Amino acid sequence: MENIDFSLVDWSRAQFALTAMYHWLFVPLTLGLSFIVAFMESLYVRTGNPEWKRITKFWMTLFGVNFAIGVATGIILEFEFGTNWSNYSWFVGDIFGAPLAIEGIMAFFLESTFIAVMFFGWNKVSKKFHLLSTWLVAIGSNLSALWILVANGWMQYPAGMKFNPDTARNEMVNFWEVLFSPVAINKFLHTISSGYVLASIFVMGISAWYLLKNREHQLAKKSIIVASVFGLLTTAFVVLTGDGSARNMAKYQPMKFAAMENLYVGQQNAPLVAIGILKADEKEKSHRKQDFRFEIEIPNMLSYMAFLDPNAYVPGIQDIVHGNKERNIMSYQERSEKGKLAIQSLAAYKNAKKAGNDSLANASLALFEDNYSNFGYGYYAGRDVHELIPSVPTTFYSFRIMVGLGIHFGALFLVVLLLTMRGKIQKKRFILYTALWSIPLAYVAAELGWVVAEVGRQPWVIQDILPTIAAVSQLKSTSVQITFWMFFLLFTGLLIAEIKIMVAQIKKGPTAETDLHGNFPNN
Amino acid sequence: MQEILKNIFHFYYEGFSNMTLGKKLWIIILIKLIILFLVLKLFFFPDFLKSNFKTDEQRSNHVIEQLTKH
Repeated sequence: MENIDFSLVDWSRAQFALTAMYHWLFVPLTLGLSFIVAFMESLYVRTGNPEWKRITKFWMTLFGVNFAIGVATGIILEFEFGTNWSNYSWFVGDIFGAPLAIEGIMAFFLESTFIAVMFFGWNKVSKKFHLLSTWLVAIGSNLSALWILVANGWMQYPAGMKFNPDTARNEMVNFWEVLFSPVAINKFLHTISSGYVLASIFVMGISAWYLLKNREHQLAKKSIIVASVFGLLTTAFVVLTGDGSARNMAKYQPMKFAAMENLYVGQQNAPLVAIGILKADEKEKSHRKQDFRFEIEIPNMLSYMAFLDPNAYVPGIQDIVHGNKERNIMSYQERSEKGKLAIQSLAAYKNAKKAGNDSLANASLALFEDNYSNFGYGYYAGRDVHELIPSVPTTFYSFRIMVGLGIHFGALFLVVLLLTMRGKIQKKRFILYTALWSIPLAYVAAELGWVVAEVGRQPWVIQDILPTIAAVSQLKSTSVQITFWMFFLLFTGLLIAEIKIMVAQIKKGPTAETDLHGNFPNN
Repeated sequence: MQEILKNIFHFYYEGFSNMTLGKKLWIIILIKLIILFLVLKLFFFPDFLKSNFKTDEQRSNHVIEQLTKH
């Protein structure tokens, strides 16, 4: 542990966070807008109204811009696995291999084959086949996300695997346990539905801009109705799946849950702090109590949210760090000793195998397997166990801002839908401006969701098994810094290109050449 | 069969040649892929284990050593 280069670990983490967050600027719009476009085209095919075709083509163009700029930005994360996180990459290779291979073969080809029909096929294939292609692009995009999120879910809750000490790799023993782990499924549903909300806000916001500019009334109003209905339904789904995420977190990642709630002392009938300003000084490592400068609580709600029981006991950070025998919670000190034993017995197993001492190898292996569930804690033996606490303010505030924005979006969808149905939306300029300025807020909410999920699980790359300090490759910190800034420039360039092209297309509007092959809308 | 292949070819050919905005997007995609695979991957992101070790056995021994040296 003495030789750990913390600057290397921090820069590697920063680089991964940067690339993942930039990648996530492009993905959610693809996930959601693909379905919105599919709904619009379905309305065109069903009604035969050419206005729906024009509307479909306009949003399809914006979908194409986002898809083109965002495609392959996720590849960089895979580069980083091999270069910066080689220990981790090797350690999880077989688990990640299957979901990512399926993604490549099935979802990617489904998506990329039918996207050509979607853009090139107007007037060349039948209406129904074109519609089918649009739906398959939407389904394919979302299936791509499934496999990545299954891999991420496995890191949060490693299930369906067994560690092979001879190869130093986790091997999949049950594919279905990996695919259908409660964390993976919930993560997938919560993440894609948050993308649907973002896309709905995007469509509603741009439509609002047209109404503010007194342009494209038909397109704007029809688009607002599709987006606000889709947004309203998916916001409800985000709430449901978010509730499931919270319960999974309380069960499988109690430290993340406690940090997110600034709950230092566990309690029964725990209240949920709906709004709060933290008082705790991070530098002070006493962790004796949770302090707020100001808070509004909902009685019993945290216990209910975590365990569906208002009387349930919710463990706090202190319980998890120092242990609570009454509640059967093992202290981090004890877990780090067990983890150290696992690390030592793995080394002893390898040495005994090399020396041909089978009985010692078998005994070491048995000891290793008994303690493997605490393997990662071994890296903190003899260190301050408070290093295992994630940033409380970051997770606490990120969660609340995300939820607050979610409530804002839900209310906005409802208000905008009702006003549009009653024919009053165009006069409500404040609401139209709110819809427009909610576009960046939707991106903020989407990113904060990942901040809660990923900062909250620190220091674990794989929950309880592998911390960042053991997962990182032994590179020079300066080389990671250089590539960090290269990615920053590359992604910022892509983002600027996307915004410029997107804004130009929106300003042109559907009456100009809007589709990717330059056809006029009514062709 | 030949007719189907011919139709598919024409479908893509016409699709690409009629592009306006799409051409600009394809240029961005190509530049991006060149930067990603011919610059970043080649010069800055070698696979650490593949480039430093020849066999899987050596790689697994290295990882075990890394994991147990603490």
